[in-house]
Amino acid sequence: MIDRVPAPTGMSLAQCFARCRAEGRAALIPFLTCGYPDGQQSLELLRGMARSGADIIELGIPFSDPLADGPTIQRSSFQALEGGMTTEGTLEVLRAFRAGHDTPVVLFGYLNPILRYGVDEFARAAAGAGAQGLLLTDVPAGSDPALEERLAAHGLDLIRLIAPTTSPERIALIAGAGAGFLYYISRTGITGARAQLRRALGQEVEAVKQRSAGIPVVVGFGISTPEQAADVAAVADGVVVGSALIDRCEQAGAEGVQEFVAALRGAMQRDGPDPPATSPPTPCPG
Amino acid sequence: MTPGASTTEHRFGPYGGRYVPETLITALDELTAAWRDASADPAFAEELRGLLENYAGRPSPLYRAPRVEEAIGAGPVYLKREDLNHTGAHKINNTLGQALLARWMGKRRIIAETGAGQHGVATATVCALFDLECVVYMGTEDVERQALNVYRMELLGAEVRPVDSGSCTLKDATNEAIRDWVTNVRDTHYIIGSVVGPDPFPRMVRDFQAVIGEETRAQLEAAEGRLPGAVVACVGGGSNAMGIFHAFVPFGDVRLVGVEAAGEGLDSGRHSAPLAAGAPGVLHGSLSYLLQDADGQVAPAHSISAGLDYPGVGPEHSWLLDEGRAEYVTVTDDRALAAFHRLSRLEGLIPALESAHAVAHVFEAGAELARHGPVVVCLSGRGDKDVAHVARLSGDRGR
Repeated sequence: MIDRVPAPTGMSLAQCFARCRAEGRAALIPFLTCGYPDGQQSLELLRGMARSGADIIELGIPFSDPLADGPTIQRSSFQALEGGMTTEGTLEVLRAFRAGHDTPVVLFGYLNPILRYGVDEFARAAAGAGAQGLLLTDVPAGSDPALEERLAAHGLDLIRLIAPTTSPERIALIAGAGAGFLYYISRTGITGARAQLRRALGQEVEAVKQRSAGIPVVVGFGISTPEQAADVAAVADGVVVGSALIDRCEQAGAEGVQEFVAALRGAMQRDGPDPPATSPPTPCPG
Repeated sequence: MTPGASTTEHRFGPYGGRYVPETLITALDELTAAWRDASADPAFAEELRGLLENYAGRPSPLYRAPRVEEAIGAGPVYLKREDLNHTGAHKINNTLGQALLARWMGKRRIIAETGAGQHGVATATVCALFDLECVVYMGTEDVERQALNVYRMELLGAEVRPVDSGSCTLKDATNEAIRDWVTNVRDTHYIIGSVVGPDPFPRMVRDFQAVIGEETRAQLEAAEGRLPGAVVACVGGGSNAMGIFHAFVPFGDVRLVGVEAAGEGLDSGRHSAPLAAGAPGVLHGSLSYLLQDADGQVAPAHSISAGLDYPGVGPEHSWLLDEGRAEYVTVTDDRALAAFHRLSRLEGLIPALESAHAVAHVFEAGAELARHGPVVVCLSGRGDKDVAHVARLSGDRGR
């Protein structure tokens, strides 16, 4: 299960955010459930996302009981499982993607499949397959310190969620335990596209940034149009788009997904006073 | 090292914990604080006691069952009559307590999950009593199987929301209730129906149900002047079992026997017995024994009894199992059904199909159980809700 040959590892999350910062823009972070619509097509979707401007990709490990997810991602998860996708299968797709792309990948999922795989084995195998980060929606910071330590022991950045209900003291605690980036949930609730974002979002993100100890703060949950992505990009270091992409895939297939990612990226390009990068950031491996 | 081994907060040994989305952490902290403060307030305890007595009908009798004793050739055997509570089961003990707590926290909207509909009815009942908005999530499969309870909940003013994702049963209704809670957490309290979910639910629900064991202990002391030799209860999530076990856990001589649903047999793969045939895993916010496949996907449960049809179990049961303090056995659909008929004929008591699992074990192992003292069986609910279902099954089986 563990790679015996050194695998191409991809760009680190820190390098990626440094590059985006140097280019004066926020990172675009599309999400995809691995195995949706099937294993091969999700690999093609990943490649398409990378080609059309994704800075980081969140790759969902399907789970039978995705209780933080809305109907769209639930549906994609069930379809992936019905198609036979597994945790190991997700790592295989990641390895295949990594062979041609250095776009950082964050694995996104739930704890139980990881427990079943073996915590240490998974942390090692995921890092070996080329993942940079891991986000488990049902492992909030401090809920199981020894487990959290083991998950991070092989080089994965443990990505932490912060919710609108999280207290300021807890934000500081989470920022202290976080790595890679902090993921601010744009509203109380589950994943899923929404027509409107809340007005207070900018202030809230600012409040998180003040306590984030320099870790980039990205925003997700409910961002479904290029306009919304642009609005969020103005206040955050990164923008996650998930359900809207899966909706797009259902309607318009792989081509539609690529076009949508490109449109999101285009909308997020700041054409304001930010100067273009004069000196290149840390060079990317590969 | 087991997950959870590094921390004892919120846990029973390694089990339990708070494996939930970040959005809920603040609400769980609030609930923990409210529960702590309310527990220390004599007025809260007094109000709950009054409601349990005058509204729910407590204390429930501890009935000595002579014809059961005759049938197994041993005794004494007592039935703890939770079936006589208002709404027909032990569920009301918990929903009354949590509704008072919701009022204490100023939350006006209540959500709940239900399988057979018993917890849904008990929740809808207290919401009517306290004038709270009530939404009950129920799998579409259960909505169909338990149409009468759906109507009952609506009669009481609750909104029943059918859930058609996953296996369309209790597990999925619980997922959906948690999703609702994550979305509406600021004004909503989630009355979870068993000793499952993230901390503080497993210990809080246990404490609300502990009245069953406390009464049993006092009643048996009055009748027999001694502790029971064995206490037997069915285990789905495990709230009636924890409720009757809790008072006896410190007495090592009292055997605590939980009865899981073996469905069509443990070998068939169609059962609801995570303690007998599952492995530790995380579902609905806590670490506990869980039915799951080799990839860690939660496996569908099966039982003739909708109330036991759940792939997980309360974390304290996992701990009691590992510690060797409680023992867990299984009873198949067929044996539970036979016990359902037999108790009805012998004692004029139609048990809930859930409770019939515990009764079945006593029919089979009662003589051995009675060797060390009186046997107490938790008759957690009455079988009225199951009569139509059993009639259909009996027809199918050519009776």
